[in-house]
Parts: sequence; structure tokens; C-alpha cells
Amino acid sequence: MSGNKKNEYVSYLEHQGKYKGIFSWIFTLDHKRIGLIYMYAIIVLFSIGALMGLLMRIELIAPGETIMKPQTYNGMFTVHGIIMIFMVVIPGLSVVFGNFFLPILIGAKDVAFPKLNRFSWWVYITGCGLAIASQFMQNGPPDTGWTFYAPYSTTTGSNVIMATFAAFVLGFSSILTGLNFIVTIHQMRAPGMKFFNMPLFSWAIYATAWTQLLATPIVGITLLMLIAERLFGIGFFNPSLGGDPVLFQHLFWIYSHPAVYIMILPALGVITEIIPTFCQKKIYGYKAIALSSLAIAGVGFLVWGHHMFTSGMSDQARWFFSFLTFLVAVPSAIKVFNWLATMYKGSIDLKPPFLYALSFIFLFTIGGTTGLLLGSVATDVQVHDTAFVVAHFHYIIFGGMGFAFFAAIHYWLPKMYGRMYNMKRATIAWGINFVGFNLLYFPQFILGIEGMPRRYFDYLPQFQPLEVVSTIGGFILIGGLIFMISNLVQGARKGEIAPANPWHGTTLEWQIPSPPPLENFDEAPIINPNPYDYK
Amino acid sequence: MANNVSHITDYKVLARVVLILMSLTLLTIFVTSFHLGAFSVTVALLIAGVKAFFILTYFMHLKYESLLLRLLVTMIFVLYAVIILITFIDYAYR
Ligand code: HEM
Ligand SMILES: [Cu+2]
Repeated sequence: MSGNKKNEYVSYLEHQGKYKGIFSWIFTLDHKRIGLIYMYAIIVLFSIGALMGLLMRIELIAPGETIMKPQTYNGMFTVHGIIMIFMVVIPGLSVVFGNFFLPILIGAKDVAFPKLNRFSWWVYITGCGLAIASQFMQNGPPDTGWTFYAPYSTTTGSNVIMATFAAFVLGFSSILTGLNFIVTIHQMRAPGMKFFNMPLFSWAIYATAWTQLLATPIVGITLLMLIAERLFGIGFFNPSLGGDPVLFQHLFWIYSHPAVYIMILPALGVITEIIPTFCQKKIYGYKAIALSSLAIAGVGFLVWGHHMFTSGMSDQARWFFSFLTFLVAVPSAIKVFNWLATMYKGSIDLKPPFLYALSFIFLFTIGGTTGLLLGSVATDVQVHDTAFVVAHFHYIIFGGMGFAFFAAIHYWLPKMYGRMYNMKRATIAWGINFVGFNLLYFPQFILGIEGMPRRYFDYLPQFQPLEVVSTIGGFILIGGLIFMISNLVQGARKGEIAPANPWHGTTLEWQIPSPPPLENFDEAPIINPNPYDYK
Repeated sequence: MANNVSHITDYKVLARVVLILMSLTLLTIFVTSFHLGAFSVTVALLIAGVKAFFILTYFMHLKYESLLLRLLVTMIFVLYAVIILITFIDYAYR
């Protein structure tokens, strides 16, 4: 268990399989290598998406045309949204850390279907390729926003079919991953590991996997209907063909609201792992956290209409969806409460993973409470489709899921690569990111309330001061991100050799050497019924 | 879960299920001769639901699986039913 010296065992990084070089990665069946190749793809895509975000911010630094034409801006926010949503955050934590750590946390050698796992990665890469190709084909990049709202998406001349087809393919990959993880959790747990002995990250992945499996087919069908309408003129959505545009929104959000839980549930799981470790204290309310993941996933299926308050839905549906939306805040608040209760009187250690986890709670709470403003019909009518919404969802998905991703990578990098990054630089990068993030997005709450619309490349001069602040924040954030990533890359390649358990964690991944051997456990793991057993 | 045990269902049972499915198909066609208005979709979905039940239980062997697995599959159908129901809160009152 302690041995971390060279040559005592062969780690998954050194193991020589059937293939050599890059092929030993892209054709691997090892869940850990698959996790890493997902991560490399996601980091590249995130960088492209973030660069587009910065370009939009530069455009918005002054009214009128600054660096791009209106139609370029339309393509830019659409592609930025498609990349960030479908390729970065929806797969995000579950394909990277779910793949790498789920089997280890439950004491398994691999996922249930390793070949399906490899296939999912290939499908994912194909989907990414299609989406990126859609930018360069004739007719120009899609300009519908990542939501593809009909009837505009059924009539615009831009390259919608290819982009929606790409989203369809990416959805397939997501379904297969979900299926794989569900079976893994049901069938692959080590002897003695009951459901309620699993670390809470596994619970989060479990709830996520069900959502992936059940919600994604709906958007798949919807996107095919859209393609059918464009190609064959079948009137599903376009009123002039006898269709109903609100139907598109129903179908789209029946998937896409649960999709925000596909993003955020694993993030909540990561934070739940990090907090007990850096407080050296047992998690408060294990069962409540485990079951609240399922409750969030369940209720999350029934609230999609809050995206449609201004779309001409019936009044009855509006108050009903508003009510359910408020309900979903309850299990989320349970988690926040339990995290704080865990920290209370813990021996807190402010290392980078914990700093990211703390800022996650802060940003997620701002995102969540402003979500309640959007969830009540009266205030939503005022701020719908304004910069307020842009601020809200960046706080949730970037401040939430994004910061949880950073927390996870700072937490688990020593396990994944057997090396440690520079702690001081990581802390500085965290500070820059946190300041940059708030400077970038907080002003947009105010701008939105004052009436600055979303998805506009131009604005009235009165908005300029805050737009400038926001753009400055964007530059700071990008700087922080570059600093953080370069520190991590350096750490993973040349950092100090990390001990097997640098943070004194108690879950199973810390009981095996870093980096782990090919099949994770050279000897059968000892299962402690309490995964957070701190003395 | 009863993984490696294979179940051989009696041909008579299978034949009976096929008959039930065919008669339900005929029923689906038959009810179209009534003008049920908004409820025609509901009725069609209900009959289709019954057919799906028979297929899952007998052809897909859910009858012989563990209670947990049966509950999970039931839950999926309940979820989809609830989703359709909620969507109709919009359409029914618009
Ligand atoms: C790295 C810095 C980022 C910057 C500077 C940035 C900036 C922006 C800007 C300026 C918009 C357009 C707002 C509008 O015109 O209405 C936007 C939209 C959007 N962003 Fe970001 N963003 C960043 C990161 C992210 C991340 C990490 C995610 C997801 C996790 C994300 C998801 C989205 C989505 C979904 C949209 C909506 C696109 C649409 O309206 O169709 N962004 N972002
Ligand atoms: Cu939503």
C-alpha cells in the first residue's frame, strides 16, 4: 500500500500493451487512459471556446462594430455555446474523473464494458469533428444559438443541419457512457461494498448516468425532427407548415434542463469528496447527500418549462413549472448545508483543491439564488434573454461545474500522474481566476436588469462602463487560466514525485500507489463500510 | 440478478402473447372510427402502453428478472408518462 518507489510495480502509464505511442492511448481499453484522452480533448476544446468568449468580450468593449461583423458575432456565440455545452461541460467531469476514478472508488478493475467505453470516446471525437467542420462548410457557421430554436433554425440559410447532427452524435456518446456507468455501479462493486458504503462521488455519477440515459434520447429525436423539417418540409415546428414552435422548446428543454444536472451533479460529487479530506472530518449527513443527488436528478426532469415563461405557454403551465423549480432548490440547499456542517470545527487546510471547492460553493450559491429569480414568472419576464441570464448560467456552469473541474484536477492530479504541481503558483492562479471571474460576470447581472439584451453585438452607450469592466475581467480570467494550465502541465510532466496519499484522504484511490497500476488493485482492496473514516 | 440462467418460455405462452398483441393492434385501428377529439392520442398511447408491457414482460424476459430491475424499468415508464402529462398542462389550457 505504501510502496511508491520505482520498479516495484508497473503503473498504467508505463504499462506496455498491444499498441505503441499514440495508439496505446486512442485504442486503449484502460478506463484511466480513456479518462485522460477525454481530458486532453476537453482542454483543447475549452481553450478554443474560451478564446471565442474573449473575442466576443472584445467586440463588446465599445458600442458599434469593434472587431467583427454582426453575423460573425452570431456565429461566434452559437459556436462558443455548442462547444462549451455539448463538448466541454456535459461530458466534462463524468467522462474524465468518472472514468478515471469511479472504478477505483468502488474497488473495481475497470468499467463494466471497456470496449463500449473506448467506442464512446470515438463517437465523441467524431461528434466534435462534425461540429467543428460545420463552421467551415459552405453557408457559414450556424447562427441560431446553441438552443437551435425553431422556426428560425428551420429557415435560416446557415449550416444548421450539420451542427445539429453533431449534437446528435455527441448525445449518443453520452448515452453509452451513462449506460456503462450504471452497469458498473450495479455489477462491479468490490465484495463488501454496498450502495451506502460507496464514496459520494460514485452516487453523483450514478444519478448523472441515469439522467444521461433517459434524457438524451429526447433531444436526439428532436434534432432529427428538426433535420427532417429542413430536408423534407415535414411540419413539426414551423407554423406555416402546420407545426408548433413551442413544441420544439418543450422537447429541447425536456432534455436540456436535465442536462444542466448532467453537468452539475458530478461537480457536487467532487466537492463532496474534497471537503471531508481538507477538513479531516467525516462528511455530515452521508445519506442525505447521496439521496439528494437522486432527488435533484428526479425533480430536475420536471422543471424544463422555466425556460419558456415568455414563449406563449399557458398560464397554468407557467405557475406549475415555477412551483417545481422552487422545489428543486431544496435538495441543492441540503448539500450546501451539509458541506458547511462538515467544515464546522474541522481542521481546515487551505490547499488549492479546497480553495477551488470553497469558491465553488460561493459561485454556485450566487448562480443558484439568481436562478430562483429566473424561476419566478414575474421577474423572469423582466430579465429573460438579457445579460442577467448570461451571468446566471456562467455562474452555474463555469463558476460551478468549471471550478469543480479545476478543484478535481488539483485534487487528483498527483494520483493520476504520480507528480505534484507547484502549490504556490496554483494558489496564485486560483486567486487570479476568482477575481477575473467575478469581474467578468458580476457586472452582467446589473447590465441585464438595466435592460442589456443577450446575444446582441451592439448596445446603447449608457452600458459601456460596465461592459468595459466585464471585458477587463475576461482578460484577467484568461490570464489566470493560462497560468493555471501551464502550472498543471509542468507539474504533471516534471513536478516532484507525489506520495500515494498527499492529502491524507480515506477513500480507496488513496490506498493504491500513484500512478495506479494497470488494474488498479494488485491486492484485493479492504473495504471500510464508512468511506470517510477520519480519526 | 439472474444473469446466466436461461429461461425457455413455453411456445404456447409466446403464441398467446402474439395473439394479444395482434388483437390490440386491431383495437387501435378500430377506435379510430370513433371521434374522440383530443383524447384519440391518449387512447392510442394507452393501448401502445399495454402492448409494450406484454413485450417487456414476456419477450424481453422481465418477468424472470430481479425486483430491482423491474422497478427500474417501471420507473422509466412512469417518468415518461409524467413528462407527457406535464407537457399537456400547456396544451390543454392554451
Ligand atoms: C473563458 C471565458 C468565457 C468568456 C469570456 C465567455 C463569454 C461569453 C460571451 C460574451 C457570451 C455571449 C453573450 C451574449 O452575447 O449574449 C457567452 C455566451 C455563452 N457562454 Fe460563455 N464565456 C466564457 C466561458 C464559458 C464557459 C466555461 C461556458 C460553459 C461552461 C460558457 C457557456 C456559454 C453559453 C452556453 C453561452 C450562450 C450562447 C448562446 O447565447 O447561444 N462560457 N459567453
Ligand atoms: Cu433549466
